[in-house]
Amino acid sequence: MESDIKLIDDDGKRLDGRKADELREIKIEAGVLHRAEGSCYLEWGGNKVVAAVYGPREAIPRHTQNPLKAVIKGKYNMAAFSVEDRKRPGPDRRSREISKVISEALDKVILTENFPRTSIDVNIEVLEAEAGTRCAGLTAAGVALADAGIPMKDIPVACAAGKIGSEDKDGKKIGGHVVLDLGKQEDNFGDADLPIAISPRTGEILLLQMDGHLTLEEFDKALDLAIKGCNIVSKLQKEALVKRYQADVEVD
Amino acid sequence: MALTSSIKRDYLYNLAKNGKRADERKFDEFRNIEIETGLISKAEGSARVKIGNTQVIAGIKMDIGDPYSDSPDKGVMITAAELIPLASPDFESGPPRENAIELARVVDRGIRESGVIGLDKLCIESGERIWLVFIDIHIIDFDGNLFDAASLAALAALYNTTVPIERLRPNLEKAQEKFPSISNYLEEHPKDFQLPMNEPPISCTSVKFNDVIVLDPSLDEEEIAEARLTVAIDKNGDIRAMQKGLNGSFTVEEIKKVIKASIDNGTKIREELYKSAGK
Repeated sequence: MESDIKLIDDDGKRLDGRKADELREIKIEAGVLHRAEGSCYLEWGGNKVVAAVYGPREAIPRHTQNPLKAVIKGKYNMAAFSVEDRKRPGPDRRSREISKVISEALDKVILTENFPRTSIDVNIEVLEAEAGTRCAGLTAAGVALADAGIPMKDIPVACAAGKIGSEDKDGKKIGGHVVLDLGKQEDNFGDADLPIAISPRTGEILLLQMDGHLTLEEFDKALDLAIKGCNIVSKLQKEALVKRYQADVEVD
Repeated sequence: MALTSSIKRDYLYNLAKNGKRADERKFDEFRNIEIETGLISKAEGSARVKIGNTQVIAGIKMDIGDPYSDSPDKGVMITAAELIPLASPDFESGPPRENAIELARVVDRGIRESGVIGLDKLCIESGERIWLVFIDIHIIDFDGNLFDAASLAALAALYNTTVPIERLRPNLEKAQEKFPSISNYLEEHPKDFQLPMNEPPISCTSVKFNDVIVLDPSLDEEEIAEARLTVAIDKNGDIRAMQKGLNGSFTVEEIKKVIKASIDNGTKIREELYKSAGK
């Protein structure tokens, strides 16, 4: 382990040159796939993600149907070539868990009661992974759902904050910095990661996970920072959707 | 399999009777092909191929492994295809089913049997250590003719591949304790190098419905097809592989016609492939 990496320097500049409250570069494009009802391609730093939405359609197998509302079937999958060492294809425990928390987050904003007995399938494919794929995936899913015309209370959006650099060179505990949107090294050698998803209109929190070690004070700071990040990303989501449908008008 | 309405079927038949296709192509005309390479930096090589609306991403990963005992001095290639649910309302997640397995095997055969990868140059220590080449094919948008799109994506990704000896050097140095002569290999290959490649065959697929044969079928055409024929043509215009599918039949004349169309289009597709590989 190269634990002697200095993740943040004394001026508060991070390994990749970002400031503490700066996001990686994000690119969002809506409506990239032909077959899907709605789709989105998203690049977030080194992450490359595609999301596609199918439905609402009859939920199969039938025992998964809910007579009162639609079920949201989120599927998060990583391509074999998306990581350094080839990942064995197919779902594993990690991707099942991520699928579940993403489905639950989306369920909250979608008007599921409009479509009883159906499923809305949200497929998220990670083509390239570099820390923060669940946030990238959920953000892409939000755009794909909107592109599919699924009625929602809001477009869900996700972003993470974390803590890095709380040990000095000799392993002694020092303050540590709460920063926005952990990069790869920061995720591997940092001290805490707090991915969240929110409904930006109401500020409700749809997804929250945390690992690592944060004091109460640091948690407040990280949560505040992550919400700020979500609001920035939310703007980019809306711009992507506007761009997609503006173009359609021009062609006609 | 999705149901095709009889209305759609009649529509395509009637068009064909008048010499037309739904997307206004000629019977022996491919859709527009786009190839983009190197889009996945974590992979040793990668390519995105679009044939019309069909979109496929292939990624190559490499690792060090043990050779098979019947070919102790040859690298090993492994091909897998995933029909992920992203690509079509009819694809389901989970372990690969029949269709994905057939697709992976047809692509694998095309590359393996014509020796596209210089596997004999991928030996590190005879009988002990060789390079593994994983070809993973992801269908992300499905509008027909997966065979051609997947083969082309795999080829473009292979041309884009560098052997990651710098990244895996620590593993080889460890193996060196057991097999000291690996040090020669390490000396000869100080840096990442281009995957050794030979001339590839290009695959072209046609389908037949009623008495009409169309090249590069769209999804609608595939769904009403009675017979399918894939022909792989090499650089000299020779046939390197053929595979017939579905329960219909072809006459000898029809097969000759399909081969001719495959040769004509294969040349053009080969140019696209070379262009993407910077050749």
